[in-house]
Amino acid sequence: MNISLDLVKKVAANARLKLKEDELKKFVEEMKDILSNFSKLSKVDTANTPPSFHPIPVVNKTREDKTDECLDRDDALSLTPHSKDGYFRGPKVL
Amino acid sequence: MNIKKFVAEALNGNVDILDHAHKAVEEAEKISKEYRYVTAWADVIARAEELQRQVKEGTAHGKLFGVLVSVKDNLCVKGVESTAGSAILKGYKPLFNATVVERCMAEGAIILGKTAQDEFGFGGFSVNTGNGFEKPLNPFDKKRTTGGSSGGAAGLTRKATFPHIALAESTGGSIANPAAFCGVAGLTPTYGRVSRYGLIDYANSLDKIGTMALTTEDAALFLEIISGEDARDSTSSTIPVPSYEVPGAIQGLRIGIVKEAFNEGMDASVRRLIMNAIYALEQKGARRLDVSLPLASNYGLPAYYTIALSEASTNLAKYCGLRYGTSDQLNASYNDYFARVRSNNFGQEAKRRILLGTFARMAGHRDAFYAKAAQVRTKILQEYADVFKRVDVLITPTMPIVAPTFDELKTLTPMQHYAMDVLTVAPNLAGLPHLSIPCGTHNNLPVGLMITGNHFAEQKIIQVGRAHGA
Repeated sequence: MNISLDLVKKVAANARLKLKEDELKKFVEEMKDILSNFSKLSKVDTANTPPSFHPIPVVNKTREDKTDECLDRDDALSLTPHSKDGYFRGPKVL
Repeated sequence: MNIKKFVAEALNGNVDILDHAHKAVEEAEKISKEYRYVTAWADVIARAEELQRQVKEGTAHGKLFGVLVSVKDNLCVKGVESTAGSAILKGYKPLFNATVVERCMAEGAIILGKTAQDEFGFGGFSVNTGNGFEKPLNPFDKKRTTGGSSGGAAGLTRKATFPHIALAESTGGSIANPAAFCGVAGLTPTYGRVSRYGLIDYANSLDKIGTMALTTEDAALFLEIISGEDARDSTSSTIPVPSYEVPGAIQGLRIGIVKEAFNEGMDASVRRLIMNAIYALEQKGARRLDVSLPLASNYGLPAYYTIALSEASTNLAKYCGLRYGTSDQLNASYNDYFARVRSNNFGQEAKRRILLGTFARMAGHRDAFYAKAAQVRTKILQEYADVFKRVDVLITPTMPIVAPTFDELKTLTPMQHYAMDVLTVAPNLAGLPHLSIPCGTHNNLPVGLMITGNHFAEQKIIQVGRAHGA
């Protein structure tokens, strides 16, 4: 399996992970080993086989379109130090 | 004393609930100090006082009245730190209870606290605990693993002498595996049998909340209480929940012995104990049939991991240090802030799984990995469906070895770690109910027997577990 340092850097950036150089090098080798093992899935003939995204049939369930009890705003904001004027506060954009 | 008898005594006022709770907490704290099973404590005494009042007022009720229930750390308990064993959720005290916790409380249970686990369930040995979390120790030998990821739940279930049952969770074997290594009964239901509302997800199409107890009977009683449809989990099944209080009668029951499960990688002593258990079941009237599951045995592991890691990488995308859990100084751009919090707080295994899962879903790789694994899953589901036309249950060992030492685990590569799950991942991938029960010891370490049933055939696996006598 061809897994390069650049590829792992790209994957890490997509996943919002900032990895140190030694971490990256270690993950390159481990991913080669693990993904080459996972690659053996290609040996299974799956022509005309639909995917299963759940192990049992799952159907959409709907509920009546009416307001229901929901989380209190102050309670929700109580879980973070990053709130202001009733809103969550994030890093500066500009 | 089994749970049912204890509850009858408690409801009749023959148990001083407050005194019982004080003693239970004292014992649990002592056990946890030595074996590291509990990560956070609930207010046991306040709850016991409430139950004591109910006894005095004549309003006491419930199938778990006065029973101590421990809760795996990935299940939300209102007001009690719930982190799924991860530093990124440090300090998170949910504003609500998971449905399973609500159902326990409605039956009079006392929530004891949260039990140790691999970070987000990412492991089979409870050694991938998050940054700053301790690793739980095996109740039979402290140099060995409890198994994982529900390691704290299994260890506490084994050691506690007070009436106790555990809420655990399995994605790829996280109930059966530690149950086997700690010598307790671990019952994983069919996918969708139990509501996942309030579970801190690992992989949505694989996660199943189940139970642990000293006996099959208690694990089954507990499963019946937490099962059933829940409007808050759209994947919870609408199929009615039958009684799981079934006798251990197995006359004529067809037991399938999976031949691939007994390969050369298995410890000879484990094989001997499992074969003895199968013989004992035959003596009680079960019919033995040898069956083969080549797809599940050869491709279950890569299919399971590809799907599990893909789903995990999506689930873990929401942890960014802004709304709950760990946070940091807001002195960077959005992306830099997210990356800093995530990189500083996810453990090595979490990072590894995020990378693998993100890769498996990326354009250019998705068809070869994630989509392919989902197709292989279809074929494995079909293979199981075919075999369950011939047999009622399947029997395998739970784990091919007894609990390894921490030193032995250090020599394994990540892929070798994953490969240890070979017997548990395929039934989990297929969402099949399975029960691990103790079936003897080797060098004073317990060995687990795994009984797997067809979808929603929990009663049959419980029957076999009770027939075995565990």
